[in-house]
Amino acid sequence: MEKLLEKEEFIKFVKNGDKLLVGGFGMSGTPLTLIDGIAASSLKNLTVVSNNLGEPGKGLGILLKEKKLNKAIGSYFTTNRDAVQAWVDGELEIELIPQGTLAEAVRCGGAGIGGFYTKTAVGTKLAEGKEERVIDGERFILEKAIKGDVSLIKAHKADHLGNLVYDHTGRNFNPVMATASKIVIAEVDEIVENGVLLPSEIVTPHVYVDYIVKSNYVKKAGVFVESV
Amino acid sequence: MNQFKRIKIAQRIVQELKQGQVVNLGVGIPTLIPDYLGEKKLVLQSENGLLGMGPTPPAAEVNMDLISASKAPITMEIGASLFDSSNSFAMIRGGHIDVAVLGVLQVDQTGEIANWAVPGQTILGVGGAMDLVAGAKEIIVATLHSSKNGEPKLVKELTFPSSGIRKADLVVSEHAVFKFEDGAMRLIEILSDISIEELKEITGAEFEYNSETTNA
Repeated sequence: MEKLLEKEEFIKFVKNGDKLLVGGFGMSGTPLTLIDGIAASSLKNLTVVSNNLGEPGKGLGILLKEKKLNKAIGSYFTTNRDAVQAWVDGELEIELIPQGTLAEAVRCGGAGIGGFYTKTAVGTKLAEGKEERVIDGERFILEKAIKGDVSLIKAHKADHLGNLVYDHTGRNFNPVMATASKIVIAEVDEIVENGVLLPSEIVTPHVYVDYIVKSNYVKKAGVFVESV
Repeated sequence: MNQFKRIKIAQRIVQELKQGQVVNLGVGIPTLIPDYLGEKKLVLQSENGLLGMGPTPPAAEVNMDLISASKAPITMEIGASLFDSSNSFAMIRGGHIDVAVLGVLQVDQTGEIANWAVPGQTILGVGGAMDLVAGAKEIIVATLHSSKNGEPKLVKELTFPSSGIRKADLVVSEHAVFKFEDGAMRLIEILSDISIEELKEITGAEFEYNSETTNA
């Protein structure tokens, strides 16, 4: 199956009310082209699971500005004042979870595991309402796995099979997000022939990836700029 | 003035860190530490997926996909490795990080830390703070002795939300170094021109001390 899509084509795989798992840490490893596509669509009532919501008007911040989001699940929203304001105004529901719990919950979601016990957040506000259990004398809380409808991820290179490699710390949440949704769409800087990526360097095997979209963005002098 | 104090805290914490240790540096004062290491080499872990973080690159070599957890451009040391966020937090939560140096809003006299939320304000960010508190082998707190409003940051009981039940091992301020042991806080060194009586006055927490502990 050919996985490479034209830019706008991917949008037909996303529905109103979907839960989207989105890779990225700050602006790095963020699927900016796919986010632009969602922002320009008529989609609404989306839930986003992502470490943060980009910056005001940038990255996932655009979806907030375009009022596409009902809910955000992640670890750090303070750096996007629009997110803070939307929450204060009651326009955005926020579920805050520790960053390591987020990564592990998505990993479990993709690995067929229902949940896990962790020491992180025991005895804090973020443990309220969660089952607690003592294992070998230590306190743990139960965290449920996270799965999505569609994952939007960003990699550096893909081959036509959908094998992916990442650029340095642009990897971040992308490999786990790639495992945990029914449909996985990868935005990439470059598409290479099959066989070019060494089996030993592939981080995300193609089995996880349904579609590939070429990125509109390039890095220039410390920022991401649109190239087309 | 505060920057002078912050540097002094960073320099004192460097003395606690051992050659080759794997260290995660939190935001704020801890990020000053790499500038004051001298000959000492540490292996710095960045929770967005790098072990072996190097200094800031020249502007021409900046790659926005090679950044620190504070989202600043960085480089990689020889022997560095890259990994995804779940692996990075397995490292943190699984007890593979030797030392976490953390900034705090408050620390209480048992060593319990508050470093993610201020009561009465919107609480919308936790990041990796609770993971580091729960998982690092050793926790060193780096903090100014008083808040901007002049309130003590070393307190009897936390009034800010806790970051976890795991206690810190050491706290370093511009005035003193305290160690936490068996639920008690003990003064081990005075770093400024201050008497023990004066130190007691500006410290909310109660601490034990030897009468020999004087200005270093």
